[in-house]
Amino acid sequence: MTTAAVRSSSVELRDIHVSFGTLEVLRGVDLKVPSGGTTCVIGPSGSGKSTLLRCVNRLQEPDRGDLLLDGESVITADPDGVRRRVGMVFQHFNLFGHRSVLDNIVLPLRSVRRLSKEDAAEVARERLAEVGLADKAPYRPSALSGGQQQRVAIARALAMEPEVMLFDEATSALDPELVKGILDLMAGLASRGLTLLVVTHEMGFARSVADEVAFMDAGKIVEHGTPDRIFDEPESPRLQQFLSQVL
Amino acid sequence: MDQFFDTFLNWDYIWQVFPDLLKTGLGNTLILSVSSALIGTVLGMVLAVMGLSAKRWLRWPARVYTDIFRGLPAILTILVIGQGLFTLARGLIGTNPYPLGILALSLIASAYIGEIFRSGIQSVDKGQLEASRALGMSYTKAMLLVVIPQGVRRVLPALVNQFIALVKDSTLVYFLGFITSQRELFRIGQDLAANTGNQSPLVAAGVVYLVITIPLTHLVNFIDKRLQTGGKVRPGLGQSNELSAGGVMGQ
Repeated sequence: MTTAAVRSSSVELRDIHVSFGTLEVLRGVDLKVPSGGTTCVIGPSGSGKSTLLRCVNRLQEPDRGDLLLDGESVITADPDGVRRRVGMVFQHFNLFGHRSVLDNIVLPLRSVRRLSKEDAAEVARERLAEVGLADKAPYRPSALSGGQQQRVAIARALAMEPEVMLFDEATSALDPELVKGILDLMAGLASRGLTLLVVTHEMGFARSVADEVAFMDAGKIVEHGTPDRIFDEPESPRLQQFLSQVL
Repeated sequence: MDQFFDTFLNWDYIWQVFPDLLKTGLGNTLILSVSSALIGTVLGMVLAVMGLSAKRWLRWPARVYTDIFRGLPAILTILVIGQGLFTLARGLIGTNPYPLGILALSLIASAYIGEIFRSGIQSVDKGQLEASRALGMSYTKAMLLVVIPQGVRRVLPALVNQFIALVKDSTLVYFLGFITSQRELFRIGQDLAANTGNQSPLVAAGVVYLVITIPLTHLVNFIDKRLQTGGKVRPGLGQSNELSAGGVMGQ
């Protein structure tokens, strides 16, 4: 991993509410990640973790609440502009199946960042080299392992030079032996000073990399604090019960 | 047995009709079917995108249009447009029903092709659109660059099948009464068959149709095979194998 300068921003969610029909998925969530900080969101399935993450790049528009990037509200700003500043990595990679690995990165560089063909290819190759996949450039994504595909997805997001990165269970679809490589890559990003908001089931990662851990249940953040506080001295019965099941 | 051969394979009539079939009929059949395939594909894509829109005022007209043109017998549509508009639009297009024949075939084709495109686009994993949007692409760009290319690839066999149907349906302009130089394959065969009371000219026309449609049928099979093997790991084919949609993306 190179140590190219990153421009990161703080990100803040204020009193976020989201409902799907009559189902209240988020019921007033407040969360702040300082610039360069790493926050992990943990909690049982269906607690609203992914929905919360998707509010940050407004793939999910909240019914109520505010979103701030770098201290400025962007809840009414152009969503495409917000997404240019916030990168996202998905559980199922979502690489473009009809394009080569290189073109997966070139395509958004050209169409969103409006780089020339040559510049885009150069940036794409650099990013691929950073994740150790320079030699995979001409292949189809389907020719790669899950771990390799997720590396490409991370390289693609990074190529857009985001100020904040979102990881939505980025290792959940991977074979166990491939998980560590991706987590190491994410830890590298954290140490580079990129602002990370990570939804994860990897408690070891949350403990060792996060500055702060937020525990969600039933659409609310029930408890949050440093990893040591959350994992060693959980206060709420719900968190105690959750940890007893996953640790 | 002799009578059978004389009725269907009378070489005199076949030789008599073949020059017209090739000089006039083949060209007209190809003009009718290729131009309505092109127009139908463009209109069909517009219908598909409208049909997938979140906006009701776009979705609704596409739905109504599709239901009507798929629900009517082709011959009825062709006659209503070819004769009806012929009377109405005489000032604009002169006395030539040929463009109206193409228009009618195009409108019918677009309804079917629209549904083919729509199902293809709908089958693309929604993560593809989400990832594109998350990278900052607009909805239009994401659809044009990521979703539609993958959706179309999957329905290429169905699309070619539709083109085959179009070649066959182009016979229906028969009822619009084109002038001699505008006659397509079926009309030329039928005209001589009617004059002679012998079916051999129609058999000859049929042979020419098969020369067009059978290779297309095999093209469908070929594309199908390519699509099925395309999803597997095929190192080295990264950039050249354009037909291989990533099979892994559906998960």
